[in-house]
Amino acid sequence: MTDALAPVKERPALARGPGKVVGHAVTRIEDGPLVRGEGLFAADVNFPRQLHMRMVRAELAHARILAVSTDAARAMPGVVAIWTAEDVADIPLIPFRATKVRGLEPYCQPVLARDRMRYVGEPVAVVFADDPYRAEDAAELVVVEAEELSVLLDATAPLGEFSPGQDTEPTIVRKAYGEIDAAFRDAHAVVELELSVGRHSGVPLETRGAIARYDAAHDVLELHGTAKKQHWNRDEIARLLGRPPQGVHLFEGHVGGGFGVRGELYPEDLLVCAAALRLRRPVKWIEDRREHLVATNHSREQHHRIRAAVDAEGRLLGIDDVFFHDQGAYVRTHGARVVDLAAGMLPGPYRLPAYRVAGHFRLTNKTPSATYRAPGRFETTFVRERLMDAIAARLGLDRVEVRRRNLVSAAEMPHARPLDALGTEIVLDSGDYEGLLDKALSRFGWNALQGELAARRAAGECVGAGLAFFVEKSGLGPSDGVRVSVDANGAVELVSGAASVGQGVETALAQICAEALGVDYARIRVVRGRTDRIEFGNGAHASRVTVMSGSATWEAALAVRAMALDTAATLLQLRPSDLTIRDGEVCRADGLPGPSLALAEVARRMGPNSPAMRGRTPGLTAEKWFWSDHMAYPYGVHLVLVRIDRGTGQVVAERYLVANDIGRAINPMLVEGQIVGGLAQGLGGALLEEFRYDPSGQPLSTTFADYLIPTIAEMPAADVLIAEDAPSPLNPLGVKGAGEGGTNGVGAAIAAAVDDALLRPGAVTALPVVPATVRRLLDTLA
Amino acid sequence: MKAAPFAYHDPRSIDEALHLLATLENPRLLAGGQSLMPMLNMRVAFPDHVIDLNRVEGLEGVTEQDGALRIGAMTRQRDLEEHPLTRARLPLMTEALTFVGHWQTRNRGTIGGSLCNLDPSAELVAVAAALDAVLEVRGPAGARELSIHDFPEGLMTPALAPEEMLTAIRLPFWPAGHGYCFAEFARRHGDYAIVSAAALLMLEGGRVTRVSITLGGVGAGPLRLREAEAMLLGAVPSAEAIRGAAAHCERIEAMSDPQAPAWYRRRLAATLMRRALEKALARAGGAA
Repeated sequence: MTDALAPVKERPALARGPGKVVGHAVTRIEDGPLVRGEGLFAADVNFPRQLHMRMVRAELAHARILAVSTDAARAMPGVVAIWTAEDVADIPLIPFRATKVRGLEPYCQPVLARDRMRYVGEPVAVVFADDPYRAEDAAELVVVEAEELSVLLDATAPLGEFSPGQDTEPTIVRKAYGEIDAAFRDAHAVVELELSVGRHSGVPLETRGAIARYDAAHDVLELHGTAKKQHWNRDEIARLLGRPPQGVHLFEGHVGGGFGVRGELYPEDLLVCAAALRLRRPVKWIEDRREHLVATNHSREQHHRIRAAVDAEGRLLGIDDVFFHDQGAYVRTHGARVVDLAAGMLPGPYRLPAYRVAGHFRLTNKTPSATYRAPGRFETTFVRERLMDAIAARLGLDRVEVRRRNLVSAAEMPHARPLDALGTEIVLDSGDYEGLLDKALSRFGWNALQGELAARRAAGECVGAGLAFFVEKSGLGPSDGVRVSVDANGAVELVSGAASVGQGVETALAQICAEALGVDYARIRVVRGRTDRIEFGNGAHASRVTVMSGSATWEAALAVRAMALDTAATLLQLRPSDLTIRDGEVCRADGLPGPSLALAEVARRMGPNSPAMRGRTPGLTAEKWFWSDHMAYPYGVHLVLVRIDRGTGQVVAERYLVANDIGRAINPMLVEGQIVGGLAQGLGGALLEEFRYDPSGQPLSTTFADYLIPTIAEMPAADVLIAEDAPSPLNPLGVKGAGEGGTNGVGAAIAAAVDDALLRPGAVTALPVVPATVRRLLDTLA
Repeated sequence: MKAAPFAYHDPRSIDEALHLLATLENPRLLAGGQSLMPMLNMRVAFPDHVIDLNRVEGLEGVTEQDGALRIGAMTRQRDLEEHPLTRARLPLMTEALTFVGHWQTRNRGTIGGSLCNLDPSAELVAVAAALDAVLEVRGPAGARELSIHDFPEGLMTPALAPEEMLTAIRLPFWPAGHGYCFAEFARRHGDYAIVSAAALLMLEGGRVTRVSITLGGVGAGPLRLREAEAMLLGAVPSAEAIRGAAAHCERIEAMSDPQAPAWYRRRLAATLMRRALEKALARAGGAA
């Protein structure tokens, strides 16, 4: 076992199996205001005297800006200010969260385009007016004179010029280990594929929004409507606008979906803040859907040229991959991490003696890209599992068997790879991959299905089944803290540096807290997404909240419990070890009758005016921090049955299973919701969703009539198998993240099923699989 | 997505609406609003005046007269879908309506709005063409009638003068026992079809005595396949005959876009036409 993975023994871990509250499908505590229509989404935030901001966006994909004339717009009624790049020249380029990748700074985006416009939708000017209609009327009158430049729309094409002296490839992410040349020299067979994943992204129901207000009385700049990453954003907003971080606070209300794209620091966030400071009025911006589809981060678009060297039994000897990542026009807040993750996570669940990858991080004249649910994994699971299917086909092996021969075994866990991702070494922490594969095949009825497929084919149907194995990552560190307090009424408050994007954070953290403390989970107040209540936080992304903030919650609640028992023991004249907490009452652990004490009373006894607390820090409260140097790796299997309409080429997913081992499910209902929602988004990327462009770089998917997200009518019968066979040794709860496994393997599984239906291994080489393409394949096969 | 400024008018009578239409500068009629409102909000349409027809008397309702159903232009798609007369007389339309958007949009959307919006893929336009609909139009010069086949003037452009409005549509119905089918292909349920096919068919003594075949989504307006109809008329409708008729689709002119190139639309047309004819035939009591 790697030293770094030694379990933290001094901290009490939660015993395996369901607890009193943890492990149960209890209802969500955050739903009350949502079902009553009392939620607070970005558009619900209003302040007296607020101004409305409207962006003027580039209409050309690549052009030199000659002049921006704002006179006519400025003369419109209600217009307070109009800014162009000159007005915000003092605001630096929007930074990115550092990884080991260097040299990306010159490619970052300015808040308003400076001399060139590099994608349709790029902010060029901004209007502030007293009414959103008037702001939009005025924005229409801003005239941008520009000289068109040649556009670059293909990341595999020869490099272009980003700016003088800088080409359109900010970096190449390279990783390698093992004797790759020897692997290919000694191979029994070499399998080569060229594969691509289309451009799509997270499309939350709630578009972005930002409302900034300067509280001059307290010298605090407030930003509302935030999500995901409040503390990092707070620090960067402060730095970019030249304020101390204590003088900036971010607030999170309800968030109508995050998926990676919400809550990053975008030009609009900085513009509302700068305007609130300069204009001394609150400034509100709500993104509309057409803006959203060209302005919010895109994702996914990659092109891979991959080769595998295998022995005669189909065992992997080496994988060599060169891929091109279409980043769009600028480097955004994630830097190159999707490329880094893709390169680091590509090997997935398989034993791989040698590996070499070069990820070309390239700029094009399209909307900038970043992370979307299962970033780098949706793409590379598609590529890797296509490769496994191709190996099976080449060697005449069964698709399941070739995977069995290559899966890392339970005995090899933890399995260290000489690779890194997100700056952490990749050590697969725990898992029984083959065990889960067997469970999944059995649950889906894989063997019986083969007979059913044969019968349906004999009856003239075009049907097929596919599978994909995936490894996820979760619980990115380095740290997160939680403060748990009990007030004089016995009410419990949990303050976390995490954020909620609607995934059920409050409920999950409350369950963990209730389990440790012995109180009703439904009465715990969970505070998140606010920089004014906790100094640090790493937010909600990378499937990290339950792992990091959940573990910190567990430890903080245990600490509060110990304090309560100590104080009560003195008062009850018993030993702390004789006591427990049930339903908020400190009482005898052995269940015998005896004196008890409400937590409220204990908290009062620990108040600042209590004589017993003299010389000590008062309060029944504890703050604990959880650190992690390694990620926890959930894993799973996707299985799907598809039917193809030969006449139209349409692929219909009839039946789907996601089997996912997440170590421990704090709330199986929430986990299932995460997985099924993730599956829907994966199906979008596999079959429907695509941001398309015409040859001049004009986006063609700018409404929901053209950007097709799946609806309930497109969803298959979905089954979820939540496994808890491989708890993570890295945290006291044994949890691994559950946010992304539902999405990860969909493209791969659908592609495999379509191949199977067409009886042509390797037929699918690109996502999404659209009807016209399938129809063409049917023609060529006929 | 905030509409540009416009003046809103709320007439109560057809005459009042026509007067506004004839006298105002750059007006636009508002029916169910399922296309116009998004177009206004997206600033794709810039009328100076919006004339709301929702409170105009006498534009709604379904009545039967002289072998046809007369449907007021402002009749809601959902009301039409559930109307007993539609179900009894125009089962083709009832079937097609289930493909029109979603029931939420059908609650607002109107038949007149659909026809005048004239989307190449609109189901109701194809149904009107299949049934040889007659459109009742009013203008300053009085009333006139025109055939649905003369209605499309160009892409999404009906043959109406700027001061004219559609007031009703007459759909001659087919005798009881006729076969019908509306089939379409869309990427998702409820989307505008890429291609749609409407088939109507009558049998007597095992032979086709009357037939109507229409495609939507292949050109600016619906396409009646007269040659294919002629081929089937009088024939014993075998599977081969149907395939032969559907094969006409492989030779039609079809629109092209990156999502659905012309060759693919022709494939869809052939597939949907064959399916529609087979089902219509089965419903007419025949079997291919």
